[in-house]
Amino acid sequence: MTNYIVPVLILFILAHGVASGTNVYSALIDGAKQGLTVVRDIFPAVLVMLTIIAMVRASGTIDLIANTLAPVLAPLGIPAECLPLALLRPFSGSGALSVGSEVIAQAGPDSTAGRIAAVMLGSSETSFYTIAVYSAYIKMKNTRYAVPAALGADVAAFLASAAAVQLLMG
Amino acid sequence: MLMSRVLAALLLLAVVFGTLTGRMADVALAAVSGTQQAVELILSIAGTICLWSALMEVMNRSGLALRIANMLRPVIVWLFGKYGRDEQAAEAISQNMAANLLGLGSAATPAGLRAAKRLDELARRDGVRPDSVLLLIVINTASVQLLPTTVAAVRAAYGSPNPYDILPAVWVSSVISVAVGIFLARIFGKIWRGK
Repeated sequence: MTNYIVPVLILFILAHGVASGTNVYSALIDGAKQGLTVVRDIFPAVLVMLTIIAMVRASGTIDLIANTLAPVLAPLGIPAECLPLALLRPFSGSGALSVGSEVIAQAGPDSTAGRIAAVMLGSSETSFYTIAVYSAYIKMKNTRYAVPAALGADVAAFLASAAAVQLLMG
Repeated sequence: MLMSRVLAALLLLAVVFGTLTGRMADVALAAVSGTQQAVELILSIAGTICLWSALMEVMNRSGLALRIANMLRPVIVWLFGKYGRDEQAAEAISQNMAANLLGLGSAATPAGLRAAKRLDELARRDGVRPDSVLLLIVINTASVQLLPTTVAAVRAAYGSPNPYDILPAVWVSSVISVAVGIFLARIFGKIWRGK
């Protein structure tokens, strides 16, 4: 089933574009160009994060933390490798992408930990960044319960990622 | 500032533990191999990012994004009550949500900020606390994304034969997280003391 989603979606987007009289080709070219800007914008942060995380991993720290916390996280169905990702997710988008990629690379994209990392990345946002941008824009000095509610949603996303991977893909 | 401290702390961990475990050679090597890994990763996901950015642009120009936004109107009334019936607010919120759903991050933020401004004005006009703004912010921090294309590209880069097979799990998980966010925002909106 999942094999059909992407090809059929692409077909639908293009067919709708043609049917509505849009110049689809020039939209594709312009959009791809904007994509290059996104790539250029995230590369510096990914480079810095991945290098530092590779150094931390090489020192044995991540394995040590993961092994220590594994017994606590196991009952929740969360592989310990995914914990650094969970902790970083609300703070940094490219940081989380880097840490998540590390988990996917080390554990394998179709391992349980690799899948959970991917689902976590796909189903959460950089909460603190979002709150900061919005509250600064409307000059809101006190964000009251925005942080606890957003972090609650993030925790739910992590637990749900682990549960969804094990129930739907186990 | 926070990020700088986190990075410094991580590097300190790497050096201290590298010394204790006697793996300093590996740590030094990682300073090189990590950069190579970053270049390889970015190159292998660049194509996917550009492809979907291209398809999103088609959706924008063909009016498909706008049609999806209009379909969200009833949801917005349900979430934001009378402020969801304000034309200006509802239009901006629906564009923000549609862009988030479609993974159009760059289009979601401007629409979201417009919505926040309008909701804030309405709250001031009515002399109430801006709970609607906080709800909008929380929904944006938990955004539901239909197609996590960047993550799929990362999975493909590391050899997954079917990088999109995580979609159902992503949908379930993001719906749960946004539902929890909305629930918490509503509960806190009722019980939160202080301004």
